Amino acid sequence: MKVDETIRTDTPPERAARKTGSFLPRLQLGADHDLCPGCGEPVALRILLEAIEAVGCAENSIGVIGIGCYTALTPLMDVDLVQALHGRAPSLATGAKRMKPETLLFTLQGDGDMVNEGLQEVLHTAARGERVTCVLLNNGVFGETGGHMTSTTVLGQRTKNTLEGRDASYHGHPILIGDLLAQLDGTAYAARGAVYDAPSVARTQVMLRRAFEAQLSGAGFSFVEILTMCPTGWFVPTAEGPGYLSKVMGSVHVTGELKRDGQFTPTRELPPPEGVE
Amino acid sequence: MTRRLLEGSEAMVEAALLAGCRFFAGYPMTPFTEVLEHFAAKLPAAGGTCINAESELEAIGMAWGALATGARAATGSTGQGLALMQESLSEITRAELPLVVFHMARGQGDYYQATRGGGHGDYRHPVYAPVDVGEAVELTQQAFDLADRWRNPFVLYGDYLLAHTAEAVAVEPLACPPIPEKEWAVDGSLSGSGRSRNVNSLGMTKGRKGIEPEAFWQRLQAKHDQMAVELPRFEAEHTDDCDLLVVAFGSLARFARHAVRELRRDGARVGYFRPVTLWPFPTEALALAAQGVARVAVLEQNGGQMIDDVRLAVLGSAPVVPIGGISSDDAGFGMGPLLDPVNVRIRVSGALAGTERAA
Repeated sequence: MKVDETIRTDTPPERAARKTGSFLPRLQLGADHDLCPGCGEPVALRILLEAIEAVGCAENSIGVIGIGCYTALTPLMDVDLVQALHGRAPSLATGAKRMKPETLLFTLQGDGDMVNEGLQEVLHTAARGERVTCVLLNNGVFGETGGHMTSTTVLGQRTKNTLEGRDASYHGHPILIGDLLAQLDGTAYAARGAVYDAPSVARTQVMLRRAFEAQLSGAGFSFVEILTMCPTGWFVPTAEGPGYLSKVMGSVHVTGELKRDGQFTPTRELPPPEGVE
Repeated sequence: MTRRLLEGSEAMVEAALLAGCRFFAGYPMTPFTEVLEHFAAKLPAAGGTCINAESELEAIGMAWGALATGARAATGSTGQGLALMQESLSEITRAELPLVVFHMARGQGDYYQATRGGGHGDYRHPVYAPVDVGEAVELTQQAFDLADRWRNPFVLYGDYLLAHTAEAVAVEPLACPPIPEKEWAVDGSLSGSGRSRNVNSLGMTKGRKGIEPEAFWQRLQAKHDQMAVELPRFEAEHTDDCDLLVVAFGSLARFARHAVRELRRDGARVGYFRPVTLWPFPTEALALAAQGVARVAVLEQNGGQMIDDVRLAVLGSAPVVPIGGISSDDAGFGMGPLLDPVNVRIRVSGALAGTERAA
């Protein structure tokens, strides 16, 4: 679909949006949500729920939810949930998993939640080799507060508190959280996916399945980062969200598998996304 | 009944295991460290888990996750570590989870922290301050039981003296009625059933968008108001005919009680009152005990914290004077010269002399 064929939110729609989500995953209670047009998080949630079902844990899973826009999606999840404080989900998941070791345990966190507020929690949980899967929805901004810099905001990115763009000499460098986690011996699987087009969605769902399988096999900690669109927080037109995600964020937070079968591949050794030199 | 020589830390851990505690996470810090050591040594054999958390933030988070599955779980620290935990402690209170916290303080300077808390929003949690190891065994079990009944965190306020003093105690199970089934807990089995749950502190309900903060917070407040009515507990001696009423809590109250008993034997008109629950403070009982006294003396090992609650209870019916104060050892662990029977008796006698002068 070309950009000019999509419905823009800054002009009145000329026709109804195409209904693409009439089929719901078993663990999804509905499709009605209050997140912004063009947000990538509902897509990420959907493939997360599908992956839980795909590994046979539809009736045996507990999710620990962080604080961010995605928190508003929890009423749609037919999964036993625990609501955590900002950053603390990996520790809650640890306690829950130790008491219910036979249950699939995952966290759902944003970049502000996991990489800013809760960096030490996720690092220690990985180092401990905790049998949980931490899922990061990374859009490079605090979306819920309206578009502010996080620890994953790429250099040059304009946010409400980096008005001239993130400047390394003033605001510091972004963190490639997947690389930090993948290096730890307790981490069995780590990958970075995205939801900017159908192939990236399909690849990311495979990553989620592999992460869950690593947990269920007892191999250790697993991690999936999902790059998600936030056109509202990026101050770009809705239709440009996927392109911005794949080109601007995706050239720094390159998608691919960072750890699998004990083999660590740093982000800098992953092939760059299409169209990026 | 077998009595064994146990230090407070070990006795409280054994009491926790008797109460069914199966998860503990903590970070070492004097004088709490031995509580962590004993949980680490004893929990695995009891079928439980003790995690050496990487910080107090993780420790309370892990306990939170364990509690959400319906397990009995606890954490602990000393005042400094509890300061780090305050955010989660207030949130866990709003999530209505039955956390038990072992607060082994450095003296009594954490009275405000324990009773007021440093977390956000309207929240309260009961605080038990055992006077000795025997009472600590009982109150530890009571805390686990009532935490489940009220679905609210309970704090056990001990100190260096309680943690490290060995006394001959019997660690016997406390008889408690059965706990109602935890219909709020998540074990993963309701996923995919259409009846899955969300243990949360925001008033969220599955299948409904948004939150209802005002109604949710008002319901919690009503519960805390009810706790304030039902839970106050105290110990009192010789309050019917005293000119001076001495109020003290925790380990220091043992010294106050001893001094009052000695002075009574000498014929002095002195009484003793000890709040067992620091929150809810036994306000009405203290007001009754203070009726007709010439003076109320507050013995506490800090710059003057509980004295606020005493004044709120006495409401001007008698002068309230401090006879304690800041008192520490060289390491700052709260083992100061105030913890001395002779010293305490001198201070109580001094306050008593003041009542005679006033009369």
